[in-house]
Amino acid sequence: MSTMVTTDSVIDVAGTRAGAEADRPRRAPLREVWRIGRVRMAVEVRQLTRNTGLLIYTFALPVVMLLLFGSIFRGRIEGTSATYQQVYATGMIGMCVINGGLQNLAFAVASERHSKALKRLRTTPMPAASYFLGKVASVLVATVGQIAVMLIVGVGLMGLTLPTDPSRWFTFVWVLLVGATACSLLGIGLSGLIRSENGAAIVWLPIMVLQFVSGVFILFSSLPRPVQQIGAVFPVKWLCQGMRSVFLPESFKYSEPAQGWEHGRLALVLAAWCVVGLLLCLKTFSWRGRDDG
Amino acid sequence: MTTALRARGLRKNYGDAAALDGVDLDVATGEIFALLGPNGAGKSTAVEILEGLRDRDSGEVSVLGTDPARADHRWRARIGVVLQEARDFTMLRVGEAVRQFGSYYPAHRDPDEVLAAVGLTEQTRTLTSRLSGGQRRRLDVALGIVGGPELLFLDEPTTGFDPAARRQFWELIRSLRSSGTTVLLTTHYLDEAEALADRVGVLVRGRLVEVAAPERLGGRDRAEAVVTWEEDGKRCEQATPEPTRFIAELATLFHGEIPGLSVVRPSLEDIYLDLIGSESEHEGGR
Repeated sequence: MSTMVTTDSVIDVAGTRAGAEADRPRRAPLREVWRIGRVRMAVEVRQLTRNTGLLIYTFALPVVMLLLFGSIFRGRIEGTSATYQQVYATGMIGMCVINGGLQNLAFAVASERHSKALKRLRTTPMPAASYFLGKVASVLVATVGQIAVMLIVGVGLMGLTLPTDPSRWFTFVWVLLVGATACSLLGIGLSGLIRSENGAAIVWLPIMVLQFVSGVFILFSSLPRPVQQIGAVFPVKWLCQGMRSVFLPESFKYSEPAQGWEHGRLALVLAAWCVVGLLLCLKTFSWRGRDDG
Repeated sequence: MTTALRARGLRKNYGDAAALDGVDLDVATGEIFALLGPNGAGKSTAVEILEGLRDRDSGEVSVLGTDPARADHRWRARIGVVLQEARDFTMLRVGEAVRQFGSYYPAHRDPDEVLAAVGLTEQTRTLTSRLSGGQRRRLDVALGIVGGPELLFLDEPTTGFDPAARRQFWELIRSLRSSGTTVLLTTHYLDEAEALADRVGVLVRGRLVEVAAPERLGGRDRAEAVVTWEEDGKRCEQATPEPTRFIAELATLFHGEIPGLSVVRPSLEDIYLDLIGSESEHEGGR
């Protein structure tokens, strides 16, 4: 009660410097952000693992796709020392990043907005940064889990070999991190487009099309030139190219459009999409739905 | 008496329509204040502005000494909000949800004690999606009070409750008041306002048309009473400002017992319907 009286008297002298200073909103201390962030992380992971339907869809989809493509397209790709199965396995790893970041977050955030979970959280002292820390955990678990499954299936059934060169693992890690960051930011940004729980097609459909023009389902080098150029604007193509550079024989780079892995350009494009995603989030993120006033 | 909440000239437009048209409101610390009004009167808009969830177009607002539009986590730790019905966090168990929300607050209440207070102890391990409508609403209340708020906002808290659950809920709110919590309540149930509120405010078309204690709203305590009785097999009715004298006269007329006698003062509902009715006509005539 004593604090209230003090604050009231400060308001009386509002306009003076002291009044303005005391009334200024403050950010939560980092220690608090991290403490509540850990609570949110546990909640996010728990929610993820309890959503059995979504979990099966998320983890089974890439496996089923890989098994289907791998059983239809077999043998060595002409002019290279890699097989179709190996290339599909790398494409599916790229798809795991899209699934775990973009798709997972776009749907999860949209559904939390629709169910008013976000609005309820907004009324509590939970810092926004803690909420996003929770989402990072959700993306990590979904993405890394899927990739682990993919590597097991890829190595076990599709003739994928794990690289021995540490520099290739380094590439794997940075492509994954930058790619997952871009996908997560885009996912949160795009969640604003999904207005109701059944409006998922607005995100799902473009992602499917994007995966086609990015060479996830069809060998990128066999796509028509204009389609390749469209694909090259978006991050999916670069993610998959990065994964090819990690898991395929070095000689495969000569069948890439640029006759090389283009790591520099790859990093630049993915980083650019991180910025686009961040701007989209800052511009469109809202704690309430559009149907809610 | 200190003020928990104070608004002056609160305005909010949606397009050309004024949702709030200059509302002045004071809620004292420790008071239960009920905001009444028909659908679309601006109750939720007003409450959401006070909760810091919505921006206002103009007016001055101070809630616990802070402008909600400029509020931060320290201020949010001092308020509790029960929004209108929502079905969220369906993947969590009841106990997990309450503990999660408790952990956001620096000085939160014991989650088990809160669950006991709202009568959900047995459902601690139940998924929130499996709760009945009334149980779910009690969980909403638990999430709103687990932080130990100084000021609690309740937006239509008992929608979907059966009469027994509503009584229990009233007891819970009274116990919060006796521990010093200020409550701002919106409701459609006039019996709820009458049972709980120290004062009620009637909001019609974005304007607060009257604020008074429930028993005095609209001059209810001074209003004419309606005396009814039976005479020659017919029901008779007389409105009078002096029912005692009128009945005494009747009694001499009947030489003792008056058949079918009753004396009725206007109910809160009568007064309320009168208030919102005359306001609407007034508006319509402009």
